[in-house]
Amino acid sequence: MTATATATAAQETAPAALEVHDVHKWYGTHRVLDGIDLTVRPGEVTVVIGPSGSGKSTLLRVINHLEKPEIGHVSVGGELIGVRRVGDRLKELGERAILAQRGRIGFVFQNFNLFPHLTVLDNVAAAPVATGRLGKAEARALARELLTRVGLGERTGAYPRQLSGGQQQRVAIARALALRPGIILFDEPTSALDPELVGEVLSVIKDLATSGTTLVIVTHEIGFAREVADRIVFIDGGRIVEQGTPTQVLDHPEHPRTRDFLAKVL
Amino acid sequence: MSQPPGAAVSLAEAPPAAQPSKPLAAQRVQPLRRPGRWIATAVVLVVVAQIAHGLATNPFYQWDRFRYWFLRPTVLDGLLVTLEVAALSALLGLVGGVLLALARQSGSPVLRAVSWTYTWLFRSVPLIVVLIFLYNFSALYKTLSLGIPFGPAFVTFDESKLATDMTVAVIGLGLNEAAYAAEVVRGGLLSVDQGQHEAAAALGLPKGYQFTRIVLPQALRSITPNYVNQLIGLVKSTSLVFYVSLLDLFGSVQTMGSTYPGDIVPLLLVATVWYLILTSAVSVVQFYVERYFARGATRTLPPTPLQKARAALAAFRTRLRGEAVV
Repeated sequence: MTATATATAAQETAPAALEVHDVHKWYGTHRVLDGIDLTVRPGEVTVVIGPSGSGKSTLLRVINHLEKPEIGHVSVGGELIGVRRVGDRLKELGERAILAQRGRIGFVFQNFNLFPHLTVLDNVAAAPVATGRLGKAEARALARELLTRVGLGERTGAYPRQLSGGQQQRVAIARALALRPGIILFDEPTSALDPELVGEVLSVIKDLATSGTTLVIVTHEIGFAREVADRIVFIDGGRIVEQGTPTQVLDHPEHPRTRDFLAKVL
Repeated sequence: MSQPPGAAVSLAEAPPAAQPSKPLAAQRVQPLRRPGRWIATAVVLVVVAQIAHGLATNPFYQWDRFRYWFLRPTVLDGLLVTLEVAALSALLGLVGGVLLALARQSGSPVLRAVSWTYTWLFRSVPLIVVLIFLYNFSALYKTLSLGIPFGPAFVTFDESKLATDMTVAVIGLGLNEAAYAAEVVRGGLLSVDQGQHEAAAALGLPKGYQFTRIVLPQALRSITPNYVNQLIGLVKSTSLVFYVSLLDLFGSVQTMGSTYPGDIVPLLLVATVWYLILTSAVSVVQFYVERYFARGATRTLPPTPLQKARAALAAFRTRLRGEAVV
């Protein structure tokens, strides 16, 4: 009994892997995010679903500070992202500091965004070298290892355009892993893929999920969400409408908007 | 029955007349004959032959005098000046162009405005005016000094000593070149997908690395052909430095021409051939530079002329063998 109690206590005192606090984001008069609060525990897999234009992607982009929130703040592993606290105010961080923070947050894009002029190996090895974490030889060894892990150990010398979409996305995942991030964000990782290539990418993400990496995944693949998610978050109109376990949200949605959405996509 | 009897007859008789030795599907399709193309080719060939004949036989060109002048030291000295001015001002222009293009994309409205104004100014003023203006520059500013702006100076240069003809030429051409290069570079930077910037930022790559290793190499693919275009224009523009009393290729030819008025045509031919050689050299370099930057952009690299020749030879051989078999 005491063992479980201390375990729970430890979990509560450890900093959250991700904390989004009252984030608002708007473009002109268009409110994209309208007060998002979200806490993700270390090792947790969170899947964000919702209709197009609901703010899912923007939420991910705010988390690694590709977009600045108008109000609110984000912290990853207990560290504020993009800002620092001075007394009771938040001040914007310098570019260099923000770039250093992004190295701790993996990001996988819908359109892969691999660097077309670099080989697959260099795509993966570039960031650890450029940020001064690893030497060239070490980075290449790590890149080989990661590419083998995503099933592309044979294609290290290829250029991205010589690969299929599914292979490119797996390289992009290896590239994100190369910085050994504490959390990885996936922005609709399979939306740009032909249907027969979706499976290979999802299986790599599933491996990551079961290996205890903290993941936040925006996706339209509801079946996949049910399989990997510890928690599902349904967003509509820039707000979290409801969240819970896959069974709660997908099978017994409480909110009519969730029910509407699921009726359309399932 | 509305058909003329002749048509009906030919239709009926055609199949036995053809007598295919092989089944129809196995036969090679005969290419369409294009008599118009043959006539046009013949006409053009005759015209080209006439021009070549005229060039070779017209005594007016004085090819012996051309041979005499082509490698004369005074011409070669001029060529060297042309090369030097072109290379230095191309370098100055490219560096200036990259800086101007970056300033144009800067977050500071002042930098953007200055970059825009610079480009506007130097694209508007004819190069010859810029050159002659700079030539008289020492009259406007007697000395140039390095120091605190509006404050004391640490080093002072005497402008009349600093501003040699070469300096004036290089700076004039370089300033002009930078304005055009800025637009070429900016176009190239704009051609790089926004996703590349985002991916580089998301990986936390340092700012300088993002530019030099991610964005610029991709931009150079579209910068190269446009910049080479500029470069060829620049090589030819160097002939204007003659007006700031620098004896480049054109300048030396022009001077020799006024000394030996009878040789003006062969001298102009000498200049023409040298400019052709320079431009060709630039084009060859362009091919290989473009091929280098095409890595990853295309699935297979375009073949080099040598590879092309080999492939053509191989194709020709197989065709010969194929015909022999038939």
